[in-house]
Amino acid sequence: MYPIVLLSIFGIAALFLGFSKSKNILLPMTLLFLAISMVGNFYEWNKGPLLYFYDMFRVDNLTLAFNGIVLVSAFMIFAISGGFLDNPDSEPAEYFGLMLFSLVGAIMMVGFEHLIILFLGVEILSVALYVLTGSNKRNLRSNEAALKYFLMGSFATGFMLFGMALIYGATGSFNLSGIQGYVTTAHAAMPSYILYAGLLLLLIGMLFKVSAAPFHFWTPDVYEGAPTLFTAFMSTIVKTAGFAAIYRLLNHSFTGIYSFWWIVIAAIAVLTLMVGNIGATSQNSFKRMLAYSGISHAGYLLIAITALSKPTENAIVFYSMAYSLSTICAFGILMLVSKEKTIEGQPDERYEAFNGLAKNNPLLAFVLTVSMLSLAGIPLTAGFWGKFFVFTSAADRGIIWITVVAVLMSTVGIYYYFRVIISSYMREGNLAKIRVAPFYQVILLLATFLTILFGLVPSLFEGLVQ
Amino acid sequence: MLTLLLILLPIAAAVLTLATGARLAKQVALIGGLAELGLAVVVWAQFDPSGGSQFGFKYNWIASAGISFAAGIDGISLILVILTTFLTPLIILSAFGHDYKNSPTFYSLILFMEAALIGVFTSTDAFLFYLFFEAALIPVYFLAAVWGGENRAKVTFKFFIYTMFGSLFMLVALVFLYYKTPGTHTSELTAFYNLQLSAQAQGFIFWAFFIAFAIKMPLFPFHTWQPDTYTESPTQATMLLSGIMLKMGVYGLIRLLLPIVPLGVDAWGFLAVILSVIGIIYGSIIAIQQRDMKRLIAYSSFAHVGLMSAGVFSSSANGMQGALVQMLAHGINVVGLFYIVDLIYSRTKTRNLDQLGGISQSSPQFSIYFMILLLGSVALPLTNGFVGEFLLLSSVFSYNSWLGAIAGLTIILGSVYMLRLYQKSMFGPKSTWAEGFMDLTMSERAVLLPLVIMVFWIGIYPNTFLKISEPAVNQILQIITN
Repeated sequence: MYPIVLLSIFGIAALFLGFSKSKNILLPMTLLFLAISMVGNFYEWNKGPLLYFYDMFRVDNLTLAFNGIVLVSAFMIFAISGGFLDNPDSEPAEYFGLMLFSLVGAIMMVGFEHLIILFLGVEILSVALYVLTGSNKRNLRSNEAALKYFLMGSFATGFMLFGMALIYGATGSFNLSGIQGYVTTAHAAMPSYILYAGLLLLLIGMLFKVSAAPFHFWTPDVYEGAPTLFTAFMSTIVKTAGFAAIYRLLNHSFTGIYSFWWIVIAAIAVLTLMVGNIGATSQNSFKRMLAYSGISHAGYLLIAITALSKPTENAIVFYSMAYSLSTICAFGILMLVSKEKTIEGQPDERYEAFNGLAKNNPLLAFVLTVSMLSLAGIPLTAGFWGKFFVFTSAADRGIIWITVVAVLMSTVGIYYYFRVIISSYMREGNLAKIRVAPFYQVILLLATFLTILFGLVPSLFEGLVQ
Repeated sequence: MLTLLLILLPIAAAVLTLATGARLAKQVALIGGLAELGLAVVVWAQFDPSGGSQFGFKYNWIASAGISFAAGIDGISLILVILTTFLTPLIILSAFGHDYKNSPTFYSLILFMEAALIGVFTSTDAFLFYLFFEAALIPVYFLAAVWGGENRAKVTFKFFIYTMFGSLFMLVALVFLYYKTPGTHTSELTAFYNLQLSAQAQGFIFWAFFIAFAIKMPLFPFHTWQPDTYTESPTQATMLLSGIMLKMGVYGLIRLLLPIVPLGVDAWGFLAVILSVIGIIYGSIIAIQQRDMKRLIAYSSFAHVGLMSAGVFSSSANGMQGALVQMLAHGINVVGLFYIVDLIYSRTKTRNLDQLGGISQSSPQFSIYFMILLLGSVALPLTNGFVGEFLLLSSVFSYNSWLGAIAGLTIILGSVYMLRLYQKSMFGPKSTWAEGFMDLTMSERAVLLPLVIMVFWIGIYPNTFLKISEPAVNQILQIITN
């Protein structure tokens, strides 16, 4: 609960800091705000499930864990925003303010107990992002991305609301516990098709947000058009919050009708895996590839949701953490490298831009390699354990066939993740030594270190979260 | 505890090598490799063949998934640990003649790989085995990708994806087996051995494991990655690949596939033996036609591993003992032969048999070492290859006489391509490429001499090694028949 209050206040404070004479104070202050919010977040650790706002908002260890991942991801994203803001056209105070507000939305999504809080969270998260996506005013693609995101996102929110209304109609309650009560008693006696329809519509809205197929069509264009920093925000924090919300929704209220919805989610998971992985292989732009990679990772997380077994909770938390660390590193390095060359006034984001990276920038090449290995799920990295826990959750439920599909798609994944490794180590290019601010380097190295550390001893992270 | 030291020492040596500058990197790496060899000799001295798994340790690693960081050494593991720790310092020493750029990274990758290989050969936990199995891939990929030949990008990529693809099936099988263990699940290998699975489940698990190991060894028809990868990699990476990494596949058969799914082996083992024997003949015939020396030896390696796997699938004591001795022998021979090719290449700038000739005229010592290693590969009695091939052929023959007879052709075909290799490069008129071929230097002899000594030691008195693994092999056979 504290992060919501703190971040709202700090968001307003960030807006006002924009009036100050010195722009240099903005970033350190914002990082300080995030650090304070993190402390506030873990203040309620192990204090048991707490309910706030007339039982509409629930705080338990799982909420705090997801909050922690979201806040750490945000911290890293803010830390690598430096170069982006040197652009005279940009308005750092507004961007930071909007991102902090967006985080409030994410935290609401993670801890909701009442469906209206879920709706509010999704809206707060998304509206800020619609603005940020289009913030590169002079770039046509950024405008296109913002409009696409806004229109399709509003549509999805419409579905969500309709679903919520139908669920209320069937169960008489917006509260997750109330819905669960209905599902286990009245629905078990006489199934209500309104409930099924409501659940499906609500899920469609949520699945849109996390870019699951067939609701993923907006993702490549929006991710590619948005400024890279905000793409990093979208692809990590929105996904983490979205999956936390879906997990909470299904685990808390709808386990009673598991036999109805699991096949739907399973089919969507398989479709998402295939679309994400096969789509990524034909990309020529690294940024667009990362968008499709995000879609494929949504597929892996959906497998854990399909299984909804004992290891699922741990799997989703760990996977979100591993995925966020690696993706932020990848986007961070993309930001550095794509600025070196421009095509038609826009940064060069193709694989060719990375040619010869290892020659003059061995550190960046190493960080990039580790993050690609982690995304591909190669052992010794955190990403491998993420996939492993997802597979064990599926095996626990007894649906091994879905792991076979995931494994086949993983192999496809190795292909496109390695393309950039090959470019940086084995192709000739003329990339000069890129100057990287020390704080930026520290963040990248820290993320790489954590990826390898959790890849060797994953129980360290589980120990933190449990 | 000794096992933990065996796994950690190369890692420490690798980190140390990375930290030293380019001037001293090779010496530091060599000392690390020799220290590891010393440690292995200490383990060997204290080893009791009939004592089961010794020097073991077990730490809770990922309690939520029941995975423990557990390893131990029994007879089968010890043979492979001896192979790895004996070959690695020689591989490091063989690189001294080259001047690789970025040498600290190069040598540290070799040492990291040694640690992963020892981890594979000593793990007693199935998931830990899988992890080391995969982890061994990363150093060799980078060795080949950064220091390899011109076509390395596509070739190493294919190698990595192909091998990874197979292993991922093994991962699914291991997860499935884990959930079948009773009570609180565990992934200890002994727990997996005790599982009673239905014949149908065993069939699926057999194929999952078989695909992984068949790609790794490689077996026909999963071998297409091998010749290109061996040829494009730098010699040290090829030595690691053919000398030790392919043994991971055969070890996996003995340690995982045979004891866990014996009914699967009953159902499908015959097909596996047929594929192995096809590989022997196919590999040998293609080797006869090769012009590139390195590619020829790569195909010969493919042919030899077919015989090892056929012997293992015959599920007999002779077959497994033969496979273990042959792993040791083949590792030594093939590392020696690749080194010979490397020496010829660095002196004459060609590996093409049509362009070479008459090297023996100016370098008698080199010719002798080459001949000895070659005869070991051809399996002349009194050399190491003979012991292994004899045991393997007898086991395949008692499994099925026809297949045994066809496999026996390896003796003839092997002689053909090996002697052709020797004759075209060493005998005949001296070619222009081979002008001024210098004889061996001291450090080159230091690599070849230990190899040659082992050729004779294993050939003349193989019991030193056979008796190490005999009780362990009998134990595995016990598990299979139960």
